[in-house]
Amino acid sequence: MTATTAGAFHEGSSRAAARGDLPRLLPPVREGKRPQNLDAHLARHGGLPYRDRTGMPGNPSALVRDLEEAGLTGRGGAAFPVHRKLMAVLEAAGQRGRPPAVIANGAESEPASDKDATLLWLAPHLVLDGLQLAAEAVGADTAILVTHADRGRDVAGRLRQALQERLAARLDRVPVQLAAAPARFLAGQETALVNQLGGGPAIPTFMPPRITERGLAANPTLVQNVETLAQLALIARRGPRWFREVGTASEPGSMLATLRRADGLPRIVEIPLGTPLRDLLGDAPAGPESAVLLGGYHGRWLPAARAATLTLDNRSLEPAGARVGAGIVISLPADRCGLVETARAVRYLALESAGQCGPCLNGLPRIAAAFAELASGRPRRGTREDLERWSGLVTGRGACHHPDGTARFVRSALRTFANEVRRHERGQCSAASTAPFLPVPDGAARSEDDWM
Amino acid sequence: MADKLLVNPIDCKGHGACAELLPEMITIDEWGYPIIDPRPLPPGMERHARKAVSACPTLALRLTRSQ
Amino acid sequence: MTAFWYASRATGVVALLLLTAVMVLGMLVNRQGRLPGLPRFAVTGLHRNLSLLAVIFVAIHVLTSVADGYVNIPVFSAVVPFMSPYERLWLGLGAVSFDLAIAVIVTSLLRRHLSRRAWRVVHLLSYLCWPIAWVHSFFASGDLQHGVLLILAIGCAIAVGVGLVWRLAAAAGDVPRAERVGLIMAAVHDRTPRGRATANDADAPGDARHPRDRTSTR
Repeated sequence: MTATTAGAFHEGSSRAAARGDLPRLLPPVREGKRPQNLDAHLARHGGLPYRDRTGMPGNPSALVRDLEEAGLTGRGGAAFPVHRKLMAVLEAAGQRGRPPAVIANGAESEPASDKDATLLWLAPHLVLDGLQLAAEAVGADTAILVTHADRGRDVAGRLRQALQERLAARLDRVPVQLAAAPARFLAGQETALVNQLGGGPAIPTFMPPRITERGLAANPTLVQNVETLAQLALIARRGPRWFREVGTASEPGSMLATLRRADGLPRIVEIPLGTPLRDLLGDAPAGPESAVLLGGYHGRWLPAARAATLTLDNRSLEPAGARVGAGIVISLPADRCGLVETARAVRYLALESAGQCGPCLNGLPRIAAAFAELASGRPRRGTREDLERWSGLVTGRGACHHPDGTARFVRSALRTFANEVRRHERGQCSAASTAPFLPVPDGAARSEDDWM
Repeated sequence: MADKLLVNPIDCKGHGACAELLPEMITIDEWGYPIIDPRPLPPGMERHARKAVSACPTLALRLTRSQ
Repeated sequence: MTAFWYASRATGVVALLLLTAVMVLGMLVNRQGRLPGLPRFAVTGLHRNLSLLAVIFVAIHVLTSVADGYVNIPVFSAVVPFMSPYERLWLGLGAVSFDLAIAVIVTSLLRRHLSRRAWRVVHLLSYLCWPIAWVHSFFASGDLQHGVLLILAIGCAIAVGVGLVWRLAAAAGDVPRAERVGLIMAAVHDRTPRGRATANDADAPGDARHPRDRTSTR
């Protein structure tokens, strides 16, 4: 289960603590893990600030302008500017004369991430507010909130409760439908999401056309991560300048992050963008070969020593070859083998391929097998070269970024654990424990039903 | 304004006709699938590119206008 | 007038041969089969070009039979089935088959503007078109019922029949999308020694090329 230790963390973040502003999305520290019902939500944040004006192409609503000024980017991992997505949907809706749909993406199919489920559990009304405001801004007549079908808490039940409260208070203008995404790694990908909501399997479709042009029921569709919508709901109330009070100039605002340290338990924290990573990595002594995984299983491994010099924003991370992504920061315990852990995750990633595109279908299983060889026993000659070659072969050749992300993850492991690779090639391993550390789900999809 | 080749990897079944007709821009990987040169089409190759696009049995290969 | 009649019968035979070749080539294209000595694009190219040639021969076949005055075949009965007083049934089947062929060819020429599914459904009508064309050919005149032409007619039927069996058997071996990656995972993990992956990696079981769609998922 998730422990919200926002309080335990905030002692470390001097800037935020000084402002006393965080947490913004998560409930105040003194309220602990208590989910905010509608009354608590309204008492804390105030009423839903409808703008009473839908945007038009070429004349976007005030909300869209506020979002542009605030510089809000997507919190689902891609960090795409939110105002531009809204404008793209407005444009398409205007040109094609079709009513848009808004989808709140809470599928969170990355196993190492738990922030969206936590947000939906603790502050569902913020997300639902954001959904209504986004729907108003683009003139949508359809609003859907998608959750993960199978996580520890009954998030869907909590959301149904919240929707009932809102119904009684007549808060929502667009009725919200709840949907569950299957437990597949690709299910949260936006075209897979639309595919599944349209009655098909949760597998990606090829773009063009983009979802913003032609998505659910062939209508322009806005897909936003649930955290993004929560941020939007606050910007609508408190304005862009408030939003920019934390974070960096180029990457403003707060974000939710999932931290995992040596005990393996996920901790959800809300931190300003630009937080030094050393504040997040925990106090465990970092050996020269300690490593950190940033961004989940499509992210990158970095040496802990290097990571400790960086801050959690793309401007700092990109030169080091990493990205903020969906805010996953995992410290590999010193007694585990990075190659063994990576092999487990890569096997999972291969099994989660949709199997639609030749390069991914052929490449990922081979990469997984070769990495498994590298991780256990004595790898054959040329295994490392094969891994590099196959990683290059699959990148950019699928309908989605699953092969790219997997290749990136694999290559970063080969780089960061280069010393360990050499040891393994000699038949040795420096790890003291083979207990699994990274959260990798069991059970692969066996039939089409597992994708629905 | 030059053209670029684009393949829909979901529709592509690895027939390989495209690589036969436009080997300058398309090669086949070790699994039978096309590797498309992402650069704009060099001048004079448009006719061959159109033939390659037309020869694809699943219409996976496309030619797109790009700036 | 008999020149038209002879022309009609001759072009009819050629059309049947061409359509038989088109059917077999179509099956080859779908299963990525090769014709020995020919490049891959030639299989698709021949399939398409011969189908257009077949239409031309059928058109001449129809026009000459209409033009011939010995029996009364109104021109519209070429596309509206069972309207010809002469050999109403067998000619009618010819018209049915011609209509189906037109549908297949027109949708293929306009393929870019159709959904994948729509094109495919119409294209599958060719499996209806060909047998009807064969029945029309066999019964509309007695030509194919004797001698060399009988052997030819049977040969065409065998070619398409065998092709169909092969096509269906191969399709039965197709792996559904959701099972593909599992199959390849098992194959690559079991294979020892691994060896170099070759371009046509058909050595490993269930491996290699994109296991084909058995059905569309939409």
